[in-house]
Amino acid sequence: MTDLEIKKSATKDPGRRPPAALGKADSVDQITRRSFFSWLSIGWLAFIAATGGFFTMMLRFFFPNVLFEPVQTFRAGFPEDYTIGEVDLRWKDKYGVWIVRNEEGIYALSTTCTHLGCTPNWLISEQKFKCPCHGSGFFKTGINFEGPAPRPLERYKIILADDGQVIVDKTKKFQQEKGQWGDPEAFMKV
Amino acid sequence: MESFKHIIDTISNPTILFTSTLIIFFFIFPINDWFDKWNRRLKLYVLWSKKSMLLAAILMAAFFLFGLTDPDFRSIVLKPDNVPISGLIFLVYFFTWLSMHQAYENDARLERGESIDERYEAPNDKVLVWPDLVYIEFISLILCSAFLLVWSIGLQAPIEEPANPTESPNPAKAPWYFLGLQEMLVYFDPWMAGVVLPSLIIVGLIAIPYIDNEPAGSGYYSFKNRKLSIALFMFGWLVLWDMLIIVGTVLRGPNWNFFGPFEYWDIHKLEALTNINLSEFIYIKWMNTGLPNNILLREIWGIFLLLGYFLILPPLLARTMCKKIYERLGSFKYSIFIVLILIALTLPIKMYLRWMFNMKYIISIPEYFFNF
Repeated sequence: MTDLEIKKSATKDPGRRPPAALGKADSVDQITRRSFFSWLSIGWLAFIAATGGFFTMMLRFFFPNVLFEPVQTFRAGFPEDYTIGEVDLRWKDKYGVWIVRNEEGIYALSTTCTHLGCTPNWLISEQKFKCPCHGSGFFKTGINFEGPAPRPLERYKIILADDGQVIVDKTKKFQQEKGQWGDPEAFMKV
Repeated sequence: MESFKHIIDTISNPTILFTSTLIIFFFIFPINDWFDKWNRRLKLYVLWSKKSMLLAAILMAAFFLFGLTDPDFRSIVLKPDNVPISGLIFLVYFFTWLSMHQAYENDARLERGESIDERYEAPNDKVLVWPDLVYIEFISLILCSAFLLVWSIGLQAPIEEPANPTESPNPAKAPWYFLGLQEMLVYFDPWMAGVVLPSLIIVGLIAIPYIDNEPAGSGYYSFKNRKLSIALFMFGWLVLWDMLIIVGTVLRGPNWNFFGPFEYWDIHKLEALTNINLSEFIYIKWMNTGLPNNILLREIWGIFLLLGYFLILPPLLARTMCKKIYERLGSFKYSIFIVLILIALTLPIKMYLRWMFNMKYIISIPEYFFNF
């Protein structure tokens, strides 16, 4: 043995495995870098799939099979059913609409407060709608004048059907601050 | 007795109540040396003595007992929802007293050259987790559970009719711990009072240790070294949070009108509350021209006002009133600090504007859902 050979054999570790990058893993249950990464990828993929599935199912909950949506359009009787100068409460519970008749015609007001969505009460003695949640007040016309409500109550589309009945369509609303109350459908002349 | 009730009802008027609170508050919790001087001169610090605590507790209890003889007061206080608030009044008072008592005690000890009361002295102060601490925790757990059981049996949650979206109860009150926020909603647009300001409260609380990292007086009860921090925090906590809860509970009645604690909740109470925006003040009341059609032109005054408030006031304050704070905090921390404080102050400012001038919004752009 030369000196060099002695040095070589002394530095050589007999138990040392070849680097994993060479792909010569000598034992099955030994974790190599490569197998570690493939397991890691599988793990992550499984995690993403499970999470994705979970959130897909969550999202699915937002689209129920059956939707109990109240009717948006309804017949509200004849114009003569409404007294001039009065706020009519008969459709409030069922459809969330106040029907108001004045000298010139009829309009339909939404019963949702424009501040945070409570239902105001019609105070007949004070001639105003008053919200019990934060004190917003509205005139009979729907214009806000008290409390924090930033804009007037919304009006719904109101038209006269062929049979002479009033039809209120809640899918179309008119906002005063956008200048929509001048629309012929926002106010029915009688 | 009736005249006493009448006096209480009169000073419960929000303007009187808030103004007197604001005036008294910073003398009791002196925010700077000037207030501290007056605090000492008026001997207001005796409020934190044991005798004062006993006296105040007796007075508060006596007031409650007296109030219970009145049917209107009774119906508010004994409503199961409101019982926590009656408890809160006593508890908040007690713990405020306790901390201030200890703080003044420590200040006095340090002045005499003694060590602070909370100083850890090994081995005398050493307590074992087992059994000492665990034992105390166990006993507290049993007592709290027993208390909650008795409470929930004694004061039952009212079972009301099924929820009906078209029928809001009058008055419709939030849970007691949110009544401060609900009160805030009266003065702001919902997205401001419901989203922006509550988030800023949380952000501000998180920011406290980063803004105020002064070591003096830290780690034990003290008041002398931390006058500004304690006074400001107490203002936010006691006035802008707790007091608004109490106002929302006791003073707000049907149609969200103000009522005195001994006043009958009359649904038809008439209050002239017609309020108007700043733009209407300027264009209609002062200039007698109609509102301009251009939104920007209409709201320009409010925008200027708000920009001035948030952009001109901070540097101005840094040179005058808050000079010391500015020098201590540096410009970055100072900006955050002052903006948070100014935002918090918009609440009392807007309350006053509403009560005194019926001012609704300073900037009101309902066309784009922006109101401030």
